[in-house]
Amino acid sequence: MSGNTAVFLAELTVLILAIFLGIEVISKVPTLLHTPLMSGTNAIHGIVIVGAILIAGQNLHSTLAQIVGFFAMILAGANVVGGFAVTDRMLEMFKGK
Amino acid sequence: MSDNLTTLAYLPTIISFILALKFLSSPKHARLGNQLGAIGMALAIAVTLAQKHFYGLGYMLIAVGGLIGGGIGWVGARKVKMTDMPQMVAIFNGVGGGAVALVALVEFHQTAAEPGRMLLNVSIAIIVSALIGSISFAGSMVAFGKLQGLVGDRPIVWRGQRVGNIIILLIGITAGTFILGGHSYQLMWLLLIEIAAALAFGILFVLPIGGADMPVVISLLNACTGLSASAAGFELRQNVLIVSGMLVGSSGSLLTLMMCRAMNRSLGNVIFGAFGQIQTGPSTAASNEGLTVRATTAEDVAIMLAYAHKVIIVPGYGLAVAQAQHDVRQLADLLTARGVNVEYAIHPVAGRMPGHMNVLLAEANVPYTQLKEMDEINPEFPQTDVSLVIGANDVVNPAARSDKSSPIYGMPILDVDKSKAVVVLKRSMNPGFAGIENHLFYEPETSMLFGDAKDSILKLIAAVKAV
Repeated sequence: MSGNTAVFLAELTVLILAIFLGIEVISKVPTLLHTPLMSGTNAIHGIVIVGAILIAGQNLHSTLAQIVGFFAMILAGANVVGGFAVTDRMLEMFKGK
Repeated sequence: MSDNLTTLAYLPTIISFILALKFLSSPKHARLGNQLGAIGMALAIAVTLAQKHFYGLGYMLIAVGGLIGGGIGWVGARKVKMTDMPQMVAIFNGVGGGAVALVALVEFHQTAAEPGRMLLNVSIAIIVSALIGSISFAGSMVAFGKLQGLVGDRPIVWRGQRVGNIIILLIGITAGTFILGGHSYQLMWLLLIEIAAALAFGILFVLPIGGADMPVVISLLNACTGLSASAAGFELRQNVLIVSGMLVGSSGSLLTLMMCRAMNRSLGNVIFGAFGQIQTGPSTAASNEGLTVRATTAEDVAIMLAYAHKVIIVPGYGLAVAQAQHDVRQLADLLTARGVNVEYAIHPVAGRMPGHMNVLLAEANVPYTQLKEMDEINPEFPQTDVSLVIGANDVVNPAARSDKSSPIYGMPILDVDKSKAVVVLKRSMNPGFAGIENHLFYEPETSMLFGDAKDSILKLIAAVKAV
């Protein structure tokens, strides 16, 4: 348990730091870019694809896990690719004088 | 790959995401930042695939599932019209939340079967990520349906709604809490009950929220998906998910609060207020009696514009609906060529999501240097000869400053009524998206140019050319 506790406390520390970091970086984003900000952060939470890969690939003996993992891959794949692609499409349009 | 090495290999991904957000502080580097983020994501996927030896079918499931999902995402992202961006963000957000919930389901299925294997913190992480991920998935799908016009745009309300919603949420949370002390044979049922309650709550809490408040809801759901991904990081013991998810969670929460502030409403009021209901009564119609509007012609407006020193264009969603962004830019170019100083005043909640109007005008090749935020442009209205309001309504309604009984009282607005003349392009006298009467239209300095926004602007272009 102590090993788990140590890891958990480290995770918690990282979590707290990420909260403040998120607020800090976002407060400097102008309202001009709030839509790309939303779709960009949308793409970032697509990181759950890491979890989808692990559950789709690791669970050899459970058909249920395989089926659900497969659907998780579809959802996470759409999140990642769509999120970054649509953000790129928007940001490409912002041009100065 | 050892676990430590994996954690190390994920670090560049975390850095790339932080830079992606940081670079969004200026439109100059924003695109580069997003591309860095995409590279970071690709790296995380590669590291995950290299980290463990999966079995053959596993690779197949990963590859085929990823390609199907990625393909759908790619086509959607390429095809979507910029006016439909809020729906797109809602649906990409929803699938993210759905993926989180599915991951939690499988993790639980695999670990709960073996007594003693579930650590308390991992159990809690699974319960939380399943709950929030499911709410986010269902809520985003309803938001998508509303924005796409599949579900009624107006708030859907019924008796006992709030209490009912809270009870459903409590059922979900209670089922989740029982998992911690339950017997192994009950656990899967409890999790399924929790997920079902969360899905129901997600649907029911978005249904009563009107279209005008969707920007706030999408932003909130975005934060929720981030939070759930962060919780998934605790369940899978991966820092990369904890950090990335929480970056989205905290930034999304801040953006949500900023949106609420721009509408001068609390988050609770947005979620439970069923906005857009209050104003439909007959009392507002009565208050217009004796007031007259002054209709004008494109030729008159063209003369006003052509001989002005300073013109501010106030675009609203009506402009986007009419697909008139390109024509507006052409009109602005014509005026600029005549020596008129033309700028655009963008309200923070103009359009259907935060910053939406900027994207629509950028698509029409309006340089972002001409797009002014509300606080920056408001002091300029008194020196402005003509404010041209195109398809905007609530964000220029002076009732927000003066009329305490108005539902939008206290909302910061663009002070167009302080400019020397106001021209409002509007289809008819019907109230706007939020259904609130606007007294700006009856002011003596205001004239109305009725008609489809695109037609009116095309007429204006022809008339300015003829001046």
